[in-house]
Amino acid sequence: MTWYDSFLQQLVDGLVLGSFYALVALGYTMVFGVIKLLNFAHGDLYMTGAFAGFGGLSLISGFVGTGWLGIFIAMLLAMLAVGCLGVVIERVAYHPMLGAPRLSILITALAVSLVLQNAALAMTGGQYTAFRTDLGFDGFNLGNLYLSYNQIVLVATAAILMIALELFVSKTLYGRAMRAVSIDKDMCRMMGINVSAVIAVTFFIGSGLAAAAGTMAGAYYGSIWYFMGFLIGLKAFTAAVIGGIGSITGAMLGGLILGLLESFGTHIPFIGSEWKDVFTFSILILVLVFKPTGLLGKSEVERM
Amino acid sequence: MAKSEPKPTPVSHVDEPELHKHDSHETDVHEPGPRNLFQRLYAAFESPGRRRALHVAILAILIVTPWISSQYTTVILTNALLYVVLCLGLNIVVGYAGLLDLGYAAFFAVGAYTVSILTQQFGVNFWAAIPFSLMAAALAGVIIGGPTLRLRSDYLAIVTLGFGEIVRFTARNLEITGGASGLSHIPEPSLFGWHIDSSIDFYYVFVVLAVLAYIASQRLFDSRLGRAWLYVRHDEDAAEAMGINRVATKLTAYVIGAIFGAIGGIFFSVNLGAISPESFSFQQSVLILLAVVLGGMGKIPGVILGAFIVVLGPELLRDFGTLRLLIFAVLLLLIMLFRPSGIWPEKRS
Repeated sequence: MTWYDSFLQQLVDGLVLGSFYALVALGYTMVFGVIKLLNFAHGDLYMTGAFAGFGGLSLISGFVGTGWLGIFIAMLLAMLAVGCLGVVIERVAYHPMLGAPRLSILITALAVSLVLQNAALAMTGGQYTAFRTDLGFDGFNLGNLYLSYNQIVLVATAAILMIALELFVSKTLYGRAMRAVSIDKDMCRMMGINVSAVIAVTFFIGSGLAAAAGTMAGAYYGSIWYFMGFLIGLKAFTAAVIGGIGSITGAMLGGLILGLLESFGTHIPFIGSEWKDVFTFSILILVLVFKPTGLLGKSEVERM
Repeated sequence: MAKSEPKPTPVSHVDEPELHKHDSHETDVHEPGPRNLFQRLYAAFESPGRRRALHVAILAILIVTPWISSQYTTVILTNALLYVVLCLGLNIVVGYAGLLDLGYAAFFAVGAYTVSILTQQFGVNFWAAIPFSLMAAALAGVIIGGPTLRLRSDYLAIVTLGFGEIVRFTARNLEITGGASGLSHIPEPSLFGWHIDSSIDFYYVFVVLAVLAYIASQRLFDSRLGRAWLYVRHDEDAAEAMGINRVATKLTAYVIGAIFGAIGGIFFSVNLGAISPESFSFQQSVLILLAVVLGGMGKIPGVILGAFIVVLGPELLRDFGTLRLLIFAVLLLLIMLFRPSGIWPEKRS
């Protein structure tokens, strides 16, 4: 393999990884946009989404099999279920806390994360669950580069979801309301926008996207477990920060950049794959310290 | 769709964080009306004489307990006392100075690893290794705190989280720290011929540490520095206008918190005799923070209570088997929802 082929292979790997990061990062950034909360439970919604997708697939596999169609339907079911879960979490845990000190609501988010993780732990006994599909590893060669259909479909699905979200936010009434709420909630109320409904919709979409990523990751990697959401939650947050937290395009961009950085970064001499996570968190810290607004974020003058 | 509801009045700010920042959830101690159990309890010990009696009583209970209880209880209580030290340390950072730290386990790890490496691999005497360990932790505090203290609170939380994970991954990847399996056969210390090795010995060591941490916390709170922290926490700009060096004050909180954490880590490592990177995971940091917030940030008795809840809670729920952590998590959530400032919050004036 020449360096060029190797470069392309890393590019593909980076795009796949980046798609997961971007989908999860979107939820972080959207929730942060409307209620200025770092939803620590978001990574666990991704995990719940993987389990919901697994459950959905087990339910319907008798009718549609475990091929593309089955996984697609399971993904939609998971998005719906976890989307609703996200709304319930917002109503039950975050809504009453919005007036409380900022630290308290962060801790509440951590508590929600613990609840989700331990619920999954209690149900699975901490074992890895095999996510069996009929996808196989078929693909085709492009020069020396091997592309599996899974990778292509995965990146394409992620791209479609992100384009749909972008259209939703920029074109629809709810999308406009969402952007307005993220700027000034009081003014929105005075203009007759149902702020609570907008927040609920935001949680629904964010959680649904995380669930889509979870199901796809489960099908792609072939196994799921209760703790799978933790690291990706942190990394998706990093992606959101790189792109500029609060900015939807930024989250997509940040996710892809982080995926590519990780994919290429692990091939820099002296930085083996075991230093991958250190590399990621170093990027996070450097971005936060030197450019806290990220690539596309708006600067805001705010202090606790 | 979104505009279909015409009437929301600007008066009902249900989900407006800014307006209720100084939350009204807690009844003020000085206000008449219903007080909660802890406030009444605390009020009963306002006078110095009674306070001293209470201290003596608690100390007596702590000293007698291992003689009348099983070894299992002693070990659990030792762990609880370790958490008291760690929580009081984190309380200085979070409760006193108002800086959210999600990577506190990093200091705990630095203390534990430094002392273990020095004693085990370089043959340094345990007591001689302690100052180096504390210096390493203080240095870590400066490194983490220095560049990040200007950040907003939730960014600070994430940066500290990132540092915590970096420390853990570094410990896992380096050879001197023993990689993923960590270090074992850490020699037990002895003091003037007293070889500290049994669980009861370590229990008493942790009693001493917890008492020292308590006294140090109390004195720091009452000190000039403690008032500076309070001021910075409430209003940074005003504090700076009054001549308080904001960055130095916050950094001191970090360093002192780091030293508390390192002390916990040092004795944690010799108590267990083995450490691994997983002892210092994010979950560890979260557990310590939960204890602090649960009990009531900034309030020493509250923080101690929180430490005991976090350690004893899962033990008391042991009958529930695999569900115990879930039940514990739900309880935490409920406590946060109904008492957002903790079980025993600091009184506000």
